[in-house]
Amino acid sequence: MPPGFAAGSLPIRFSTLVFYLFMKFAVQLNSSPYAAVAGLDAYRFVLAAIQAGHQVLQVFFYREGVYHAFRYATPPDDEICIGRDWSALAERHGIDLLVCISAAQRRGLLCRDEAARQGKLDDDLAPGFRIAGLGQWLEAGLQADRCLVFG
Amino acid sequence: MKNYLFIMRQPPHASGRVQETLDMILTAAAFDQQVGVLFCDDGVLQLASGQNPAAIGLKDTARIFTALEIYDVDALYAEAESLAARGLTAADLILPVRLVSRADVNQLMNRHQLLIPD
Repeated sequence: MPPGFAAGSLPIRFSTLVFYLFMKFAVQLNSSPYAAVAGLDAYRFVLAAIQAGHQVLQVFFYREGVYHAFRYATPPDDEICIGRDWSALAERHGIDLLVCISAAQRRGLLCRDEAARQGKLDDDLAPGFRIAGLGQWLEAGLQADRCLVFG
Repeated sequence: MKNYLFIMRQPPHASGRVQETLDMILTAAAFDQQVGVLFCDDGVLQLASGQNPAAIGLKDTARIFTALEIYDVDALYAEAESLAARGLTAADLILPVRLVSRADVNQLMNRHQLLIPD
C-alpha cells in the first residue's frame, strides 16, 4: 500500500498529496549565454516549475554559467538579454540566484565587496544574483527532491 | 547524506573543466557525502600515468585525484570499454579503479541519488 493510504482515513492525506504534486528542485547552470542554449533551457525550466507550483531552492551558476550574472552585458536591443531575464525572475519570484565565487573570480566577475577587498573598482554582479560557495550548492542538493544540471 | 556519482567524460589538459569538477567532488566529500567517481570516454585519460602537463604550463590535475583518498573518496570506477578503446588497462592508471562494463553503467547510476557531469 502506498504511503498516505491508511484504513479508515481519506485515501490520500493532503500533506501527502502536496508532497507528490510539488517538488523541490535545485538547478545548476554551467554554460555561458552565447556558447549554448542551456541557459535559456534552464531559465524556461525554472519559470515553468514555479508556474506549476514547484519550489526552486536555488539556481547555482557554475563554470561558464557565471557569465549570466554580469551586470553590464549589453546586447543589441533586438536580442534577448538573459541576464536581465534572470534578474527579473529573482525579483518577481524570489528565486535565489547563486554565483560560485571561485568560478566568478577566475572569469573576472567581482561583486563590489570582493572588488573592494582586492583594491579594485568592479561592481559586476547583476541585480538579484549573490555570491556563494560550493557549500551552498551542496546544501541545496541535500534538500532538493531533484537536482538538474544544465550545460 | 546522499550518494553522489561524478561522471568524468572529458580529457585532461583540454580545458579548465577538471579543476572545477574536482572542487565539487572535494566539497561533497568534505561535507561527508558518499562520493563515487566514474571515468568513461576520454575521462579515463584523467588517470593515465605518465602525464607531464607542466611541460605546457598546466597543473598536474592527476595528482589531485590521488588526494581523493584522504577525503575517503575511494569508489573510483572506470568503464572497461573506454579503457580498451584507448589501449589502456587498469594497470596504466595512477589509482586503483573498479572496472565497470558499459552494460553495467546504468545500474551503477541507479545506485546513486545525484549524477553530476563534468
